[in-house]
Formats: sequence, structure tokens, C-alpha cells
Amino acid sequence: VATRAETATLAQPRTLSERLVRWISRSPVHIVLLAIAALWLVPTVALLVTSFRPRSDALSSGWWHVFSSHLTLANYGQVIHAGGMGHAFLNSLYITIPATLLPLTFGAMAAYAFAWTRFPFRDTVFLVVVALMVVPVQTAFVPLLKFFREHGHLNTEFYGIWLAHTAFGLPLAIFLFRNFFITLPKDLIEAARMDGASEFAVFRRVVIPLSVPALASFAIFQFLWVWNDLLMALIFVSDPAKQPMTVKITQLLSTYAQEFHILAAAGFLLMAVPLIVFFALQRYFVQGLLAGSVKS
Amino acid sequence: LSAQAPPIQVPQPKRRFGRSREGTMRERLQGIAFALPALVVLGLFVIYPAYYTVRLAFYKSDFLFSFTNYVGLQNFRDLFQDKDFFDISHFPPSGAVFNNLRWVVVYISLCLILGLALAVLTIRVRYESAVKSVIFIPMAISATAVAVIWLLVYSPNPDIGTVNAVIHGLGGNPVSWLGQENTVNYAIIIAYVWASTGFAMVVLSAALKGIPTEIIEAARVDGAGEWNIFRRIMLPMLSLPISIVTVWLFINVIKVFDIIYVMTQGGPGTSSRVIAYTMFTETFSGNPGRGAAVAVIMLLLTIPVMVLNIRRFKSERVMT
Repeated sequence: VATRAETATLAQPRTLSERLVRWISRSPVHIVLLAIAALWLVPTVALLVTSFRPRSDALSSGWWHVFSSHLTLANYGQVIHAGGMGHAFLNSLYITIPATLLPLTFGAMAAYAFAWTRFPFRDTVFLVVVALMVVPVQTAFVPLLKFFREHGHLNTEFYGIWLAHTAFGLPLAIFLFRNFFITLPKDLIEAARMDGASEFAVFRRVVIPLSVPALASFAIFQFLWVWNDLLMALIFVSDPAKQPMTVKITQLLSTYAQEFHILAAAGFLLMAVPLIVFFALQRYFVQGLLAGSVKS
Repeated sequence: LSAQAPPIQVPQPKRRFGRSREGTMRERLQGIAFALPALVVLGLFVIYPAYYTVRLAFYKSDFLFSFTNYVGLQNFRDLFQDKDFFDISHFPPSGAVFNNLRWVVVYISLCLILGLALAVLTIRVRYESAVKSVIFIPMAISATAVAVIWLLVYSPNPDIGTVNAVIHGLGGNPVSWLGQENTVNYAIIIAYVWASTGFAMVVLSAALKGIPTEIIEAARVDGAGEWNIFRRIMLPMLSLPISIVTVWLFINVIKVFDIIYVMTQGGPGTSSRVIAYTMFTETFSGNPGRGAAVAVIMLLLTIPVMVLNIRRFKSERVMT
């Protein structure tokens, strides 16, 4: 009887002590994993703590003295108002929302054309789109800037950056959507056409409602891509009053250099939206990133 | 069973690209109408600019970015004689090209090794999703924020910078990680590894879960050790996802700019510049022709990835 009981426990630890023994026997795995996780958290925690510490404390002692200093929201107030991060936050929104919706719309339409209509050179054109996915934005800086400057100063408005992000987001959008649309049941689309639905109605009422997961994955990927972008904003947003948070932070950095309480608060304002998106829409987010892996 | 006849090969007419021409005129026009807005944007703002930049690389150009002063390949020659871009006069070689090469080697291998280790380890514990979230979160935030986070980590002041506080606590002297030429590149690379490992981990972990458990169980029953299971079963079965991650990391390396711009502005001096950084500084410091030459080099570096993407797509595509 005793032997049988022993075999049973080996297979399935029941009591607390048995679980404990099992846990300890695998402890190297646990120790390594927890150490890596801690190592990964420390830099962010350090910045988070610093963003709540008053100037005098942040300048004289490290974030690990968090328990001996009082915490304040004053740094956030300062960067939002005096630092201009509040205004820059709105600019980031103005830039990001159209720069997400435009490639989403144009991309879905083009993907429908590539998946469910026929026209000459359709597949060749699609291969060109696939190739365009990895073209570095650097190849477009100078000509686009020249074009924007000479055609209505688009770079002093938001139009320039919207167009640039739309253009460089489109290949991925078309690629993802086309590959998703093509998996939809052919009968469904044929049936709608038989019933006399126009191509636009098929697209709008059949294809789009069935493709929400793919559309959401791309929308999240593109939203974060644009929100997090610094380089294109540096080049295509010439008006200082229209600059997004990423650019604003680089200016704060040159003003405040080592004053990390300010930089930390600004950094967390920039991170807030992506973190909310991450926690709220984790599944779509990971899917979007995996799908985006063909781009970068 | 083994005596079964081989399947009869029926010669199939080779399907050509022109198949889509079957549609009626009306169908064609509708299809083109749907594709047109996107194609116009791509043509005007991606393809034409790429052509313009390639052409500009052969001109000295001016502050209006026009095609003035044709110089042939002089821009490329200048670049490779510029010590900030390419310097092989001493060992180890330096300049933006070699910094980028450091990125390729160190960044890609660290991300792959850490991502693989985390994928293999997290699968064995119950708090898998919690650890994965912690590693993955930096993927969501911008390189600008990553740079601010790591500026604090690397602060030369041992009362403020985490790394130097640890070194100081162990009795060492604080190091200015971002202020000296021999550490600055590796310091930035590590910050970016921190930000990108989550991607490698998630892709490899998903692939790892796709390996049928019977295979691993069978190997275990046959007495294979954990290392052998990893080495002889998991690793070969992960070769495709590993190559996908490697390509992604490679493109990241070619394009890396934001984090360097925020952390060091390419400094101290020019010691942390990479090619994307040189492109930016040359273009906006009065050498648009040279900037265009760097952009052409970047484009050439991405062409193998383009070919790879097209091949991969062609091999797995589904036709309507």
C-alpha cells in the first residue's frame, strides 16, 4: 500500500509539503526566471519611482531611497504645463489617429481588390507591395520633404506626417489584410454578388465585418508605431507648436540633462498610452506585432 | 502498405501571373478602383521618392535637394574615406559601418539567446504569462522612452545611476558608460536588447508550443536528457521561427536611430553613430547627396530581405 501511495505522490503532488519539495527540486529554473524578470523590471521601476520624487531628492539620492522620501505629483504638473508635454500629448493624438485610419482604410480597400477582384497584373503589383514592406523610410526623407515644402508647406501642417506614415504603413496593411481576406469563404462573397450586391457593398457589409481581428491587429500596430516614432516626426513636423511627445522629450533632455525627475515624468506620459493599449488589448497587440514582424 | 503504388503525376498546366486577366471589363475597373488610392499613395510617396533618392546619390545637390552638380560615384567614395563612417586604419576598425556591424553581431545574438532561453524556461512554470508580460512590455513603448529609462540606469553618478550604484556598492569605481568610446555602443545595444527580447521570446515560445509533445515524451522515455532534447529536437524544429526573428532583428539594426539620437546624439564625438544616423546628419548638415548615398546603402542592405519575403510569400500563397 505504501509503495502505491508513493508512486501516486510522485505523479501528482497533493499536499503542501509535496508541492514544496517539487518546487525546490526545480528551483534553478525558478531562480533564473525570477532573476531575469526582476532585472527586466528594475529599469522601468527606477524611472517610475523617480517620476514621483521631489527635485531635491531625485538630484541627491537614488530611486532605491524611495521609502525615505515623500512622493509628489508635482513633476507631472510641471512637464504637462511648463514643459509643454500636455500640448505635445494632443499633437501626438492629432498625428497618430489619422495616420492610423488612413492606411487602415486604403489598405483594406486595396487588399479587397487583390483578394477578390480581377484586374491586369494584379499578382505582380501585389508582389511589388510585398517588396515595399521593408523599404527604409530614409529613402523617402529628402524627396518627401522637398515635395511637402514646395506644395503648400505640408510639413508645417500635420498633412505631411500623415501622408508619410500612411505611405509607409500601407504595404504591411495590404499584405496582412489580403492574406486574411483570402481565407474568407468564397461562397459567402459569391452569394452576396448573386444577390445583386455591389462590390462596395460586398466589401463594406461582408468582408469588413468578418475581418475585425485582422483590422484591429493592424490598427494597434500602426497606432503604436506612429505614437512611438521619433525620426519621422523630427523630419516631417517642422512647426515646433505641432511636435509630438517624442520630439518634445528630446528638447526637455537638452534643457534638463541630468534632472531625471522631469525626464522621468515626461517619459511616463509618453509611455502611458502604449501601456494602456498593451494591458487592455494584449491579445490583438501581440498578434499585431507578430504580424508586423515581416516589416520591422 | 509499403507496396503502395506511387501517386500518379498528372502534369498540371503552369499557372501564369496573367490569370487575373480573365475578368470582364467592368470587374477589372472595379478592382482597379479599389486598389487605386493605395497605389497612388505608394507610387507618389514610396516608389517615386526611392527613385529620387537613388538618383540624388550621384549628385552633390544643395539645400533645395535638387539635381545639381553631378559627381558620379564621388559621394560613395567620400563616405568610405570619411573616418566617421568607415575607418580601417586601426584595430578594431571604427566608424558608423563597424558600429552597425557590432549591432548586428551583439544585438541579434543576445536577443536570440535570451529569447530562446526564456521561451524554453517559461514553458515549465505556472506563472509563465506573468514573466512573459514583464519581458514583453518594453516592446510596447517607444525607443525614446527606452532611451530615457536607460539614461537613468547608466547615469555616471553612483548616487543616481543603478549600474554605478551596484559597482560602487561592490567597491568599484563608477564608469561613464555612455561617455567613453569603448563602452558607449555596447551600453546602447544592451538597452535595445532589453526592449526587443520580448519579441524573440514570444515568437519562439509560440513555435515551441507547436512541437508535438509526443515527440518530446518519446525522447524522454528513450532516456534523452533535457540538453539533448533541446539540442536535437527543439532547436532543429525552431529553425524557421529563429530565421524569421533574425530577419526582423536585422531590419531593426539597419534602421536603428531613435534610441541613439536620444541617448548620445551619436557621441561622444561620433563614436556611437550607425549608418541610419550618418544618413540623418549628412542630409541635414548640407550634404544631401552623401545622405542619399547612405540611404542607397541602406536600401541595398534590405534587398535580400525583400527577396526573402517575396519567396516566402510565393511558396505559401493561396490563390482565389
